[in-house]
Amino acid sequence: MSNPTGIGARILRKEDLRFLTGRGSYVADAKRPGMAYGVFLRSPHAHAALRGIDASAALALPGVLAVLTGAELGADKVGGIPCGWGITDRHGAPMKEPAHPALAQGKVRHVGDPVAFVVAETLEMARQAAELVLVEYETLAAVVGLLEAIRPGAPLLFDEVPGNLCADWALGDAAAVEAAFAGAAHVARLSLVNNRLVGNPMEPRAAIAEYEPATDRTTLWSTSQFPHVVRLLLGQFVLGIPQHKLRVVAPDVGGGFGVKQFHYAEEAVVTWAARRLRRPVKWVCERSEGFVSDAHGRDHVTEAALALDEQGHFLALRVSTLANMGGYLSTFGPNIPTNLYGPLLAGVYRTPAIFCEVKCIFTNTVPVDAYRGAGRPEATFVLERLVDVAAAEMGIDRVTIRRRNMIPKEAYPYQTPVMMEYDSGDPAGCLDRALALADWDGFAARRAEAAKRGAWRGIGLATYVEACGLAPSRIAGRLGARGGLYESATVRVHPTGDVTVLIGTHNHGQGHETTFAQIVSDKLGIPAERIEIVFGDTDRVQFGMGTYGSRSLAVGGAALSKATDKVILKGRKIAAHLLEAADTDVVFEGGRFSVAGTDRSKSFEEICGAAYVPHDYPLEILEPGLEEQAFYDPVNFTFPGGAHIAEVEVDGATGAVRLLNYVAVDDIGTVINPMIVSGQLHGGIAQGAGQALCETALYDEASGQLLSGSFMDYAMPRADMLPNITVETHSTRCTHNDLGVKGCGEVGTIGSPATVTNAIVDALSPLGVTHVDMPATPNRLWRLIANAQLPVAAE
Amino acid sequence: MSEGSGTMLLRCTVNGRPVEMEIAPETLLVDFLRETLALTGTHVGCDTSQCGACVVHLDGLSVKSCTMLALSCEGRAVTTIEGLATGPGVDGLHPMQRAFHLNHGLQCGFCTPGMVMSAVDFARRQADPTEADVRHWLEGNLCRCTGYQNIVASVLAGAAAMRAEAGGEA
Repeated sequence: MSNPTGIGARILRKEDLRFLTGRGSYVADAKRPGMAYGVFLRSPHAHAALRGIDASAALALPGVLAVLTGAELGADKVGGIPCGWGITDRHGAPMKEPAHPALAQGKVRHVGDPVAFVVAETLEMARQAAELVLVEYETLAAVVGLLEAIRPGAPLLFDEVPGNLCADWALGDAAAVEAAFAGAAHVARLSLVNNRLVGNPMEPRAAIAEYEPATDRTTLWSTSQFPHVVRLLLGQFVLGIPQHKLRVVAPDVGGGFGVKQFHYAEEAVVTWAARRLRRPVKWVCERSEGFVSDAHGRDHVTEAALALDEQGHFLALRVSTLANMGGYLSTFGPNIPTNLYGPLLAGVYRTPAIFCEVKCIFTNTVPVDAYRGAGRPEATFVLERLVDVAAAEMGIDRVTIRRRNMIPKEAYPYQTPVMMEYDSGDPAGCLDRALALADWDGFAARRAEAAKRGAWRGIGLATYVEACGLAPSRIAGRLGARGGLYESATVRVHPTGDVTVLIGTHNHGQGHETTFAQIVSDKLGIPAERIEIVFGDTDRVQFGMGTYGSRSLAVGGAALSKATDKVILKGRKIAAHLLEAADTDVVFEGGRFSVAGTDRSKSFEEICGAAYVPHDYPLEILEPGLEEQAFYDPVNFTFPGGAHIAEVEVDGATGAVRLLNYVAVDDIGTVINPMIVSGQLHGGIAQGAGQALCETALYDEASGQLLSGSFMDYAMPRADMLPNITVETHSTRCTHNDLGVKGCGEVGTIGSPATVTNAIVDALSPLGVTHVDMPATPNRLWRLIANAQLPVAAE
Repeated sequence: MSEGSGTMLLRCTVNGRPVEMEIAPETLLVDFLRETLALTGTHVGCDTSQCGACVVHLDGLSVKSCTMLALSCEGRAVTTIEGLATGPGVDGLHPMQRAFHLNHGLQCGFCTPGMVMSAVDFARRQADPTEADVRHWLEGNLCRCTGYQNIVASVLAGAAAMRAEAGGEA
């Protein structure tokens, strides 16, 4: 590689310095002149009728500016919070989509549902006033569990939604699956729960809004992964602000993981309040408030069955899932357990027939939406747990049964029975390498050694495939997306040859300021230090769909590559004129435009200078200036994949699990910066291991209270529960974008819950354990061990 | 609490500069730093003193500034992340900050100030730590991005750099 800051280089991050010195610019850090402070008063009840709100005592406090409720919202004709995805049920009917007011109207539907917004001169005043707002609730029976919510006679969240059923969705050929099951030599079955999670980016959500009467412009600073989409949803559907009069800025954002990729009620209320009061208004979410208002993730109950022939070939897969939507539909809510789940159930296997049915259910809980992985970890968990169950029941080695069913490298592109056409991959190559790195063959000796110490040692494996690079707009539109899923990038070349990139994705930890600079550096032959990446401001970046679904590189990077190509194309035309050659004869290599086969050339900087100082310039065919924009809409999803292996020990006396070793071999396509890729993998795997080992959002069935509602109760992964993870890439190029990239943001989280759980089940398999629900807490495992009535490990 | 509107005098140093100011007695150190002094590098990531994003140094020792009253700093020296570097740019970074940069020990950057401040105190207490020492020390600092792996590598490298620097001065 000749370019030290080009594609594939391990360069240090350009964005680090401001964060390391405390000079990051997060929303909560900002102040505006004359700013007021707001706090949300939230429902303490899971389900209640709102009988009245008396704000008189609060309003009488000095410094209190307003107490806004659903009544004012209605009077101002503020629209409901829209859902960005409208799925269709198995009979062709649209999903049930009840209204989602930004402040509760008539009813509250989960603990944390916002009821009033109290604005005062200071935060202390607002907090004190909020305590004086009297809300009369008539509590109603609540339902938080999926199985309970679909029972006849269950409490109904919405009068117009019978059975709490938002949609009854299905994918695949049910008849073919039934026929295959009828002729199967063996059927493996599994019932499982995919536990509810709270994403918990370390920066809590926050918003500041300001209205400028002189220009009639409104600005919202928000902790968002997709400011342009917030501008569209907020302006067009909620507040009726024309797009050119609304600016949304998402500056430095302290982690997202999906939690910040939705348009939240709080963004709308803060903006509405600032316009009403003609004052800047700031709201910063507290952590415990975030637990009951950030959209949650996962929360499935699933029955699955795999039909196999005598040799262990997969014949058919049948999956029936109940998916929790929570109390309202969040922006992507209904899309996650359907379109991002069912089509992933083929995994890396040649299963000929698959049928998946999903019932999306309303419950009195926080809305559920995408959390890192979003549907795909859930699909991987079902499939890879089921494969282990089948292998154990049939007495076939876990590796052998996977190899026997894997899609061979030569079979790509591969059409699955559930919609997806995988363009490239090498699952067996990833598996081979992972087995070698994890010393799979040497495990028996390690297990025997652990048994002598009274510890149950296990090793587990999972493969996965991810559909990411969201998404081809044509396909997404057919599946119910209410917007496009392209990305835009502008390459602005200055007269000196320095470059500013304006891109529609959002950087909140992924290292885009470095990775994207490397792409441009590689193409233009200038060092990455001369390239600035701008994002997160609708006034600066023309449009964009933001960052989620591992799309930034595969879609945004592809847009950037395309825009850079346009710059080069224009540069060739300028050079052709200056060099008195045909532009088809001008080549651009190593940062120089030259006439092929001659020594006549111009540097990149000379061409940039000519574009802005057009003394000798082909004005008759080209405009001066050098700036190009490209929109890129992918033709297909991208399909990263891989094989992960975990090794654990379970303490026989306490049930505590130690994660001892973790190996990940991933096919993520072209690697732009291996250092950043490793970091993405580490973090993703830690989040998946967190789900498997400790994290869960637990509701009390009777009261609907969130029991794990703070960092005291919700067990976040900590440094001392994780080992050093071995990460390698084994890449095949994506065939449909010119960089060959697939995406790496979510792969760690997709493979790891199944991998860690398979290892734990393997550890306890001598006790007859065949499945462990997540999280595998010491309590849960101790009970399994105790119930097996085997006090010491067998030799 | 604040109804009395009484204030009290706080005299301390923050990042080496003397501060003398009347403040409400209930003011938390983190709010004093962020809201009064506009030192927003110190972050608030939770409300139960779990996350460690607010760690600063008080007389050189790490404390969670969300659980201290500003008045407790009377006569004492507060150092925040803004006061750690000795000069501009990467060259001016404290060895621990530089180690985080070189080892990709940060992603979104939100937990980073607390991590770095905590790590500096740790390395002063334990000059030649093991990986297990680092992981144990960091249990009071949450990170959601990195899986801690590169943070642990950064702290080990930073401790080694601080050790080398101290040796060089000796």
